[in-house]
Amino acid sequence: MRLDMADRQLIDRYQRDLPVSERPYEDMARELGLTEAEVIERLSTLQEQQVLSRVGPVFEHSQAGASLLAAVAAPDEQMDLVAARINRAPGVNHNYAREHTYNLWFVMTAPNDDILEERLDELEHQLKLPMLRLPMVEGYHIDLGFDIDWEALP
Amino acid sequence: MNLPATRQDQNYLFDTQSISAWGLLRLREQLENGLPLAPRPYLTLAERTGLTEQQVMQAVSQWQQQGLIKRLGLVVKHRTLGYRANAMAVWNVPDDRVSELGKALAASPVVTLCYQRPRRLPDWPYNLFCMIHGIDRNRVQSQLQKLVHEHRLEDIPHAVLFSNKAYLQRGGRYVSDR
Repeated sequence: MRLDMADRQLIDRYQRDLPVSERPYEDMARELGLTEAEVIERLSTLQEQQVLSRVGPVFEHSQAGASLLAAVAAPDEQMDLVAARINRAPGVNHNYAREHTYNLWFVMTAPNDDILEERLDELEHQLKLPMLRLPMVEGYHIDLGFDIDWEALP
Repeated sequence: MNLPATRQDQNYLFDTQSISAWGLLRLREQLENGLPLAPRPYLTLAERTGLTEQQVMQAVSQWQQQGLIKRLGLVVKHRTLGYRANAMAVWNVPDDRVSELGKALAASPVVTLCYQRPRRLPDWPYNLFCMIHGIDRNRVQSQLQKLVHEHRLEDIPHAVLFSNKAYLQRGGRYVSDR
C-alpha cells in the first residue's frame, strides 16, 4: 500500500515517543505541520486500512504478565480450521502459518503462568496435536519498531 | 463500571501517591486496546477508569520509566505495507555462546527481533531466534547470508521459517481477554 508523505512522516516520527500530554495529537500536528484534526483523521484511516494495529503502548512481556510462543504441526488440509481454533483461544494475539513441519506459530498471553498453562493445555486437548511450548529465556532485541524502507516497498 | 461523574471533579480525594489499584488495572485493560483517537485521549481513558486525566498521564509516564511500557506509539502492521517476507531464522547455538551471539545479531539493522528460547528435543533443536521483516524473499536470503558470513555462523545448524499467512496479529492482552 502506497502512503503519502504526511502518513510516512507520521509513522517514521511516532513509532515511539508519542507525547503524554493533554493534547498529544495537537503536539504531533504542530511538529509535522498538520492540524490536530488531520492527525486524528489520518491515524483513524491508517487503522481502518490495517496499516496500524493500534496507537498506544507495547508492553514489556516479562513485566506485563505471562506470554509464550507455541507451535503445532497441522495437517495441510486442516490448516485454516486449526488456525481458526487457535484464534478463538483466549489470549492468542499472533498466529502465523510458517513453512516447516511445525506450520502454525502463535503467541499466547495471560495474567500469569498458571492461567497460561491451563489455556495451553485446554487448546492442546482441543486440537489433539502435540504443541511446542517455547517460553522466552532472554530477549536481546524486542519490538521497538523499526525504520521502514519506503522506497523499496512495492 | 461507570463511576458517578462527580468523582472526576473531586480530585482532592486522590493524592498522587495513592491511585486506586482498581483504576490502574482498568487503565491497563483499556491501554491494551490502544489510545482513543480523540483530542484528549487521556481524558477519555480517565472517564472510562474513574481516574483523573492527570492520574492517567502520571501512570503512563511511570510505566514508561519502569519499563512496563516498552514503547508508546504507532504499532505498524508491516504486512499491509508490503513487508511480506517475514522470516524466522533459528539457530542451534552452543549454550555458552547464545548470549554473546544473540546480542551481536540483535545489533544488526535487518534483525527486528532476537531472543533465546529453550530447545525441545528431538523435534526442535534450535535455541536462538531472529526475525527479519523483509520485502521480498531474495533480499531476506541475502541479508541472512550476510549475517552468517559476518558472524561466522557457517557451522551452526539453522533453519529459516518464512511465514506465508497471518491468521491473527494484534497486541498482547495480559489483563483483558477481549
